[in-house]
Amino acid sequence: MNSKLGLSEQKIARARELAAAITEPVQAHITGHTTVTVERATLRMLGADGVNADEVPVPNLLVDAFSDRCAQGVARPYISTLLARDWTPADLNKAVADGCELGRVQPADDAAVRARAAELTGATFERIAQNVTTRNERMARYAANEKSPLLYLIVATGNIHEDVNQAQAAVQQGADIVAVIRATAQSLLDYVPHGATTEGFGGTYATQENFRIMRAALDEAGARQQRYVRLVNYCSGLCMPEIAAMGAFERLDMMLNDSMYGVLFRDINMYRTFVDQHFSRMINALADVVINTGEDNYLTTANAYEKAHTVLASQLINERFARSAGLPPRLIGLGHAFEIDPDMKNSFLYELAQAQMAREIFPELPLKYMPPTKFMSGDIFRSYAIQTMFNFASKATGQSIHLLGMLTEAIHTPFLHDRYLALENAEYVMNAMADLGGELEFKKDGLMVRRAEQVLDRTLEFLEQIATIGLFDAIEQGLFADISRSRTGGKGADGVVAKKDDYWNPVEDALKHALGLGA
Amino acid sequence: MLVRPYGDTRDDGAVQLSFTLPLEDSACAREAARQFVLKLGFETCELVHAAPVSDTHTFFVAYARTREGIDPDQVAPAEQAADEALTFEEINTFIDSQIGRKLLVVGACTGSDAHTVGIDAILNMKGYKHHYGLERYPMIDAHNLGAQVPNEKLIEHAVTVNADAVLVSQVVTQKDAHVRNLTELVELLEAEGMRDRFIVIVGGPRITHKLALELGFDAGFGKGTFAEHVATFIAKRMVARRRTHNP
Repeated sequence: MNSKLGLSEQKIARARELAAAITEPVQAHITGHTTVTVERATLRMLGADGVNADEVPVPNLLVDAFSDRCAQGVARPYISTLLARDWTPADLNKAVADGCELGRVQPADDAAVRARAAELTGATFERIAQNVTTRNERMARYAANEKSPLLYLIVATGNIHEDVNQAQAAVQQGADIVAVIRATAQSLLDYVPHGATTEGFGGTYATQENFRIMRAALDEAGARQQRYVRLVNYCSGLCMPEIAAMGAFERLDMMLNDSMYGVLFRDINMYRTFVDQHFSRMINALADVVINTGEDNYLTTANAYEKAHTVLASQLINERFARSAGLPPRLIGLGHAFEIDPDMKNSFLYELAQAQMAREIFPELPLKYMPPTKFMSGDIFRSYAIQTMFNFASKATGQSIHLLGMLTEAIHTPFLHDRYLALENAEYVMNAMADLGGELEFKKDGLMVRRAEQVLDRTLEFLEQIATIGLFDAIEQGLFADISRSRTGGKGADGVVAKKDDYWNPVEDALKHALGLGA
Repeated sequence: MLVRPYGDTRDDGAVQLSFTLPLEDSACAREAARQFVLKLGFETCELVHAAPVSDTHTFFVAYARTREGIDPDQVAPAEQAADEALTFEEINTFIDSQIGRKLLVVGACTGSDAHTVGIDAILNMKGYKHHYGLERYPMIDAHNLGAQVPNEKLIEHAVTVNADAVLVSQVVTQKDAHVRNLTELVELLEAEGMRDRFIVIVGGPRITHKLALELGFDAGFGKGTFAEHVATFIAKRMVARRRTHNP
């Protein structure tokens, strides 16, 4: 790709150095800690599943039962129980769901525990590898029909069966990616609900069964249209690693998965989120899942023109955390958004400059471009015009994942024909100007080139500041999105546990081995 | 005098419509769409566009004409708790000059509701869409108790800190749980003889001022509310109350 902006390579390299310096102390914290959801995800990867009569998930019941051994890892008592009772994971799931008290478990012979762990982990990894193979085969089969950018639509009825109807219609209309929006408060639940669900406010619960239902529906609709339709859910909140595990089991293709979103926008404890995001990203890397980060959120709450540098800074930090968790560039879908006030003079030029800047700084990454939402009103005709400009910017700057804006944004969750109109608009614009990006050069020292330089310079200043005080303090002082979160505050803090020297987690060890991360 | 929709000529009654029917696109579906519009009471209907949005659904655009009219002198807008909000500066000046001390506001999402987006938009420093929350107001001391706060706890806190106003946010409204919850709060306050001690306000996407008054609240705020609407109401009501109580 020829550079249109001519940004300084030295500055970009310096920004990456700073991001590495910023994340390094956090990574040290991550290595030394586990959390209740990391332990539950570990158990899920070893076969734990199901719920009891009160809808409490078996992984939660098990981690509670072994709560005094979190610091050493719950895998050992879990596998010791299987060995002591000569149970399969399914037997144990049923017994725990039926209310069986496990009592004090004597640790079994170390070699036997390790052998059983290797067997269970191997079976799970094999299942996930099979999903990756299936996905790759289908993507290859339909490669000729793949659009660029991929068009991303959301469904959010609260009822998984109604979501299926809407998603299948969206596929027929041309969607390449379908995201099932999660029920509003799920991110704050310290467990993952179970089974098919038909009621949810603002969205549909992320459950493994709902994942399975939607996966089957998209495979079916995609085959009819000769496309591989990607399924997205939310690997965020208090159960990031568990959602990652479930997504890996059910062949989800993308996950919303940000290293700081939960801390800033959901008031989740920072120590908790940093540990959780790392484990969840290792699972996503194993499952070849593209993560989508949430930088668009910085702009929906703040002035998108003034705070553009916070997006780039967060992208660099997210990229560094993702690389540390074994995600290759092709799986890191950094987010950004088209949110500058449309009444500002030349707003579109600034949008174009920023989108191009993201493309040039992250040339190999599947960038996710989010549509305008903040300035959408009940004037659906104006909103539709703004969405057209967004579609234009996305195609002209070679974005990868394009979340379609709705003309009824800010009014209701999309109607069937709202999605149709969004797709019709995008397909028209992106076809009509298909190769324009390759024809365009930006004027040297012009408005757009200078704007991109300005954002990069401010990003460097901002990253220098964060590197000086450290990421934990930077968040406490409200440097991101003007939101201040204390180290000890936030939800889920009590679920963070310092690992003891004899901590053992066979799933983590296997993940590190598979991803080539130093154990 | 009656007025009618205006397309290009006075009283032509022209209306544009778009909708989807759960029918496969066909001549029959188009005729069904046209007749459906006529059934709504329109005199004429020109179906200008039909497009399949799935195998089983078709999207239509239609222009229709009506003879119906409306007399604007015979309508009254729904009563709003705050149609004219003062600005951030005006509110602080107003409280300072008219009341002469900080107002204390306590807010929470009550009952099983875990959705803090509404109460945060009104209370948090940052506010919403460039409208600062009450925490940022120099003349307001705001306490955000967060989500899933029992009504009893909210009242207890309001009494402890001697609040002037109590804000309740209700976002989830499935099966009318919010109405029961809101009624309970008012009943608890009345049982304790404290209903008049506080200005009690409810907000949420499905809340209207009318509903709030019916439930015994002082005001209700729905979609599109910002902190200054709530602050204006509280400040003005405080002044009005003082006049009534201390003539």
